[in-house]
Amino acid sequence: MFLALRELRFARGRFTLMGGVIALIAVLMVMLSGLSSGLVNDGVSGLKSMPATAFAFDEGTKTDNAFSRSVIDDQQLAEWRTIDGVAAAEKMGVSMANTTAEDGTQLDVTLFGVEPGTFLDPAISSGAGLGAIDGIVVSPTMKAEGVELGTVVTLDRIDTKLTVIGFTENQATFGHVDVAYLPLHTWQLIASGQALPGAPTEAQLSALDFSTASVVAVQANDGVKLDLAAADAIAGTSSQLLKAAFNASPGYEAETMTLSMIQMFLYAICALVVGAFFTVWTIQRKHEIAVLRAMGASAGYLLRDGLAQAAIVLIGFTAVGLAAGLGLGAIMPDAMPFALEAAPIATATALTIILGLMGAAIAVIRISKIDPLNALGGQR
Amino acid sequence: MTLQTPAPTALSIRNAMLEMGDGDSKVIALDNVNLEVAAGEFLAIVGPSGSGKSSLLAVAGALSAPDSGSVSVNGQELAGLSQGKLAAFRLANIGFVFQSGNLIPALSAADQLRLVNKLSGGPRSFDPLPLLESVGMAHRASNRPGQLSGGERQRVGIARALVSGAKLLLVDEPTASLDRARSHEVVELLARESREHGVATIMVTHDHEVLGACDRVLEMVDGKLSAPVSVA
Ligand SMILES: Nc1ncnc2c1ncn2[C@@H]1O[C@H](COP(=O)(O)OP(=O)(O)O)[C@@H](O)[C@H]1O
Ligand SMILES: [Mg+2]
Repeated sequence: MFLALRELRFARGRFTLMGGVIALIAVLMVMLSGLSSGLVNDGVSGLKSMPATAFAFDEGTKTDNAFSRSVIDDQQLAEWRTIDGVAAAEKMGVSMANTTAEDGTQLDVTLFGVEPGTFLDPAISSGAGLGAIDGIVVSPTMKAEGVELGTVVTLDRIDTKLTVIGFTENQATFGHVDVAYLPLHTWQLIASGQALPGAPTEAQLSALDFSTASVVAVQANDGVKLDLAAADAIAGTSSQLLKAAFNASPGYEAETMTLSMIQMFLYAICALVVGAFFTVWTIQRKHEIAVLRAMGASAGYLLRDGLAQAAIVLIGFTAVGLAAGLGLGAIMPDAMPFALEAAPIATATALTIILGLMGAAIAVIRISKIDPLNALGGQR
Repeated sequence: MTLQTPAPTALSIRNAMLEMGDGDSKVIALDNVNLEVAAGEFLAIVGPSGSGKSSLLAVAGALSAPDSGSVSVNGQELAGLSQGKLAAFRLANIGFVFQSGNLIPALSAADQLRLVNKLSGGPRSFDPLPLLESVGMAHRASNRPGQLSGGERQRVGIARALVSGAKLLLVDEPTASLDRARSHEVVELLARESREHGVATIMVTHDHEVLGACDRVLEMVDGKLSAPVSVA
């Protein structure tokens, strides 16, 4: 690296220019990665935090928006409870609602109707757990909108009133709106269209003849791999593991695919920029490389030197970009779905460096094709 | 110059033929060339442009192999050596001084020498200053080629060619871009270095002014090497 380091110092202007591009790419990578994680959280954190193994939708439900579209009945639930390896299976109701707080704030929520006391009942960070028929447990992210314990929200159009009695432990959002958990019975009352203005009452619930919900949430015994296809055939459902079910949340697939495509393009741009720079750089050094080879420097030495140089530049400037990206990420506005997570950022950084190195390698390899004879006889 | 005991042969070329180009544009660059150069001898080769002088240096310097004939340097026959072996051989046995400015732009004068020492696996304790001193460049040790004049660059180039203790020095048009005074200095330096270090030096030149410093002069015409008709 004797030569590599001295050349970096000698041509620092040129290397800094290219390094600046690499650093900017790294900043963008961090931003995109943060945005990806943020959108995923915003889209499906309500599902992610659930201790469920799989969700069973009614057979033939279209995958996008399947959670709010699917309808399952007690028969399907009962079948699932008989499947080998299933520890628990519960009905769950999912629907979107527009609500208004007493002070007129409009709040959009996803209603998750779950049976209190089952594995779906969320852990709480403050207030009380599910139980009261008009009580909802909401995501702590709603605090930013002025929601506190005791806030009463009114469902638009039907004027049913629900009261916030607790906050969940983790962020719980679904389809980019906050989740409000409520007892399954209350959810069914609302879903049936028979809810009346004011808080739901016991009398209304007992009069209700409505037993369907949206999906069956399934929890497998520890270490058991469920045979979903076989279970679906028996229960007349189509089920998906928790992660796969993310795609059934509104917009999830479209968002993540768009972002990963932009990332792919950035990797390609990085490889091309670095490759183009080192191609020009190697051509500029053609004569001096011919001189070195004529003197007896081996092609291997010169190749290693060139690659080490590329690695130093890539690692150095990617680190600069990473630091800048993390700094920027820390001051992102709250309204922007943005979450810095170590694993995706590490992957993105590694890929930036590896693809850059591949670009450089393709350029630097031409060192071995330079004929030492070019050193003789001047400019021929 | 009188030789009491015959000096060992540094370079021996026998019946070398070399064709350049291909098809219709084929030219005979070396036409049955025979050449012996003794250690410590300073040989000049003159001749018109395109007569094959650079080709002769390439063959003598293990950069290209003749189509037929044989080349040996310091007693080592070059035919049959692999590219890698040839490179290692050049590093240890042959010094090149190219036309002006063939120093590495990123390296200071001292680092030019250090690089060659590193490449040839020389001692870690290598000190470039004595060699730079002997070419009168110690005071410019930390300057890069861009900060040196043409003559100064050639001096550094000569010092660089001597780092690994090579016994054969091949010099291609060293005075091409120098004024007369500088040219004389550089050639005198080459003559002195080859005498002091027992290095056989072959210098290709257009410049008849500087031939006085050489032990022997040969002329190249159309690929044929012969004693010149007249020496200035
Ligand atoms: N790479 C090459 N391809 C084709 N012809 C070449 C090449 N290099 C040299 N020649 C030809 O070989 C002959 C000898 O060239 P060279 O040894 O460079 O002469 P000199 O150094 O005396 O000017 C010239 O006619 C030149 O045109
Ligand atoms: Mg020439």
